[in-house]
Amino acid sequence: MSLLRRRTPWIILLLVIGASAPGWMGAYFLGVFTTAYYFGVFAMSWDLLFGFAGEVNFGPTFMIGLGAYAAGLMNNAGFGIPICLIGGAAAAVVGGLLLALPALRLRGPYFGLVTLVSVLLLLDCIVIFASVTGGEIGMMVPDVLSVSASVNYWYAFGFLVISAFILYGLSVSSVGLILQATGQDRVGAAALGFNVTKHKLAAFCISALFSGLAGGLVTFYGGIASVDTVVSLSITVQIVIAVVFGGRRTILGAILGAIFLILAGELLRPIGQLNTFVVSAVALAVIIFFPNGALGWLLRPRDQA
Amino acid sequence: MMQNNVPLLEVSGLTKRFGGLVAVRDIGFTMRGGEILGLIGPNGSGKSTVMKLVMGVERPDAGSVKLAGTEIAGWPTHRIAREGVGIVFQHSRPLHRQTVLENIKLALLPDSLFRLAAEPHVEQRAREIAERVGLGAVLHRRPPTLPFADLRRLEMAKALARNPKVVLVDEPFAGLTPTEVADFSRLIDGFREAGHAVMLVDHNVKSVAALVDRVLAMYLGQRIAEGTADEVMRNETVRRVYIGGAIEAHPRKELDAKGGEALLEVRAIDVFYGKARALQEVSLHVNAGEFVSVVGLNGAGKTTLFNAISGLVPFNGDIHWAGDSLRNRTPARIAREGIVQCPETRELFGELSVRENLDLGGQHLTRPDREAQLAWLLDLFPILNERQGQPAATLSGGEQQMLAIARALMMRPRLLVLDEPTLGLAPVILEQLSKALGRLRETTPITVLLGEQNVTFALPHADRVYVLEHARIVWEGDPVRFAAEMGTGYL
Repeated sequence: MSLLRRRTPWIILLLVIGASAPGWMGAYFLGVFTTAYYFGVFAMSWDLLFGFAGEVNFGPTFMIGLGAYAAGLMNNAGFGIPICLIGGAAAAVVGGLLLALPALRLRGPYFGLVTLVSVLLLLDCIVIFASVTGGEIGMMVPDVLSVSASVNYWYAFGFLVISAFILYGLSVSSVGLILQATGQDRVGAAALGFNVTKHKLAAFCISALFSGLAGGLVTFYGGIASVDTVVSLSITVQIVIAVVFGGRRTILGAILGAIFLILAGELLRPIGQLNTFVVSAVALAVIIFFPNGALGWLLRPRDQA
Repeated sequence: MMQNNVPLLEVSGLTKRFGGLVAVRDIGFTMRGGEILGLIGPNGSGKSTVMKLVMGVERPDAGSVKLAGTEIAGWPTHRIAREGVGIVFQHSRPLHRQTVLENIKLALLPDSLFRLAAEPHVEQRAREIAERVGLGAVLHRRPPTLPFADLRRLEMAKALARNPKVVLVDEPFAGLTPTEVADFSRLIDGFREAGHAVMLVDHNVKSVAALVDRVLAMYLGQRIAEGTADEVMRNETVRRVYIGGAIEAHPRKELDAKGGEALLEVRAIDVFYGKARALQEVSLHVNAGEFVSVVGLNGAGKTTLFNAISGLVPFNGDIHWAGDSLRNRTPARIAREGIVQCPETRELFGELSVRENLDLGGQHLTRPDREAQLAWLLDLFPILNERQGQPAATLSGGEQQMLAIARALMMRPRLLVLDEPTLGLAPVILEQLSKALGRLRETTPITVLLGEQNVTFALPHADRVYVLEHARIVWEGDPVRFAAEMGTGYL
């Protein structure tokens, strides 16, 4: 926590700038940042699994998608937004648990493969039950968070800050320390008396909770749950890039990575098809030359050897 | 010494199979508080598996492990750890981004999902432990900046923090300097003073003799001797396993006359693994056509030496091959230039057939050459002829070793480097292997560099012998002289 205290002035400054953005930023960019903030939560949740629990989850969109579609379905059934968000998060956690319980028994690449297949299954289900889910077109929801860009922005910003506070706090707590130990050396952690499976499952649940909530919020932000925004594998790839770009095992770096990806994608839109190429190339360069990511590089330990 | 009469750890009938291989067969022993037991055996003897079975890293197929009367066999590792078994790993894997203090605190945390901050006494306790193991001065450093011995101290601190009833220590002194060995001996003695039971797992008696109360020696998964360090060192079976039976030697004198035509020359090389010194100023040479054996116990540095020659590990110093330096050459280029290593791990392609493995070795030969080489090898190792279509993984240990050697020979090496071919093989198989090497030596002009722990196997074909001990060459000479000068002090 010393890190937090030392940098408190900076953090307050960032919070003030972030919260006051609707006062000086146009509606278009408010929208871009709103999307980036939700994306930041996707990425932080993923970093908890990848950076701390040491598990490569290729199915973050399985949990995001479950949250988004469950919330949407409940809203269509007449429930209010808060209940739908809770329902969506619950669906993501239950789905995540059902996936993680058998998958965590597997080692190495097999865990990743199982999570990857889970996304494909969810995609199939959405297409098969198109009459309810809207299939590839997406599912409209009757309610939205707000029609005001500013209010939507504040919702996203508040959600990002609260998520960051909880996830970062967790990562630097005793629980986070144990989680890192289990991720780095299963046997070593178990030999110190830690139930490795318990800690990894807990991390999976927390990751699923925030992913599901974020998925639900995205649905009520756009008024639609669609495969392209919450389930598609290209979202997974972007999450991975955001985390590695921002800095693995930093939680907060994921926000940086997410904002970079979304913002750069928007700013470079005029160059058309080249857009994704340029963004990916820059991300790749960072990954190769700064394997600890942007934030990892900024906060690198400066020990005298 | 407390609890001297209640056994802290009681192991009986412990058995573990991996597929068709019985890694541990019916092992039993008892450890009391304040006692240090040495568990020794060469590589592949099953001693590490015993350690893993006690710690719950592997599940035993049969047998019982009782900790202070409680049956813990088959429990998951974290429950065994909480019940009171601690382990000091040989290779430390600390958290690199946390400080030494935080790493020790980790070991003091309860296994809870809801305790977000450590209790206040944890910090104090972690500092005390750090002082005790000698890490007081580096509390706020991060592990990557620490010397090797401090990393071992950190592992020791983590084990101490759990205050276990029984402590398992894997290769306690590997890679340490004599002063550090003395420090660690004191720490281990401290466990004994506190009434803990300690098990030291090591390759040989010599390194743990000064510390242990009793020694249990294993070979091929079975117990071969038990008693005081002295008794075990004098034990006939133990001597046969480590040294072999009677030593035979047939150096070819005519090669001496040709001396000076060095094919391979290793000039004062040093190798470090991270911070552990694996080779220290090792020099040796191999003349064209010569059969040179490097003997030494496991952990002495034989494999490291061969890996340096093959370009697989970086080294200081120089290695010359047929007059040119091997510095900055890739392993692939070194192999193409004629130095072919047959590693102790064999590295066969298990799912490919015997024939396919051999064909892979002969990839760069022209078809007629390959056919000729293959015919010659199948004649040298007739058993491989019968097994041509069988997947390599289904061969017995001895057959796999012959296949590994044959595959290396398919590359038509100018120098064949054989790393511990006897690893884990039964005595009858050794004889077959030895005969094949004899024929190889008599019928071809090949140059061989053999690394062995088993002296009886290493000597009969050798023209010259080096003894490697604790990362250094301590003896060089003719195999006949070896029996007279080194035979007794070797173990």
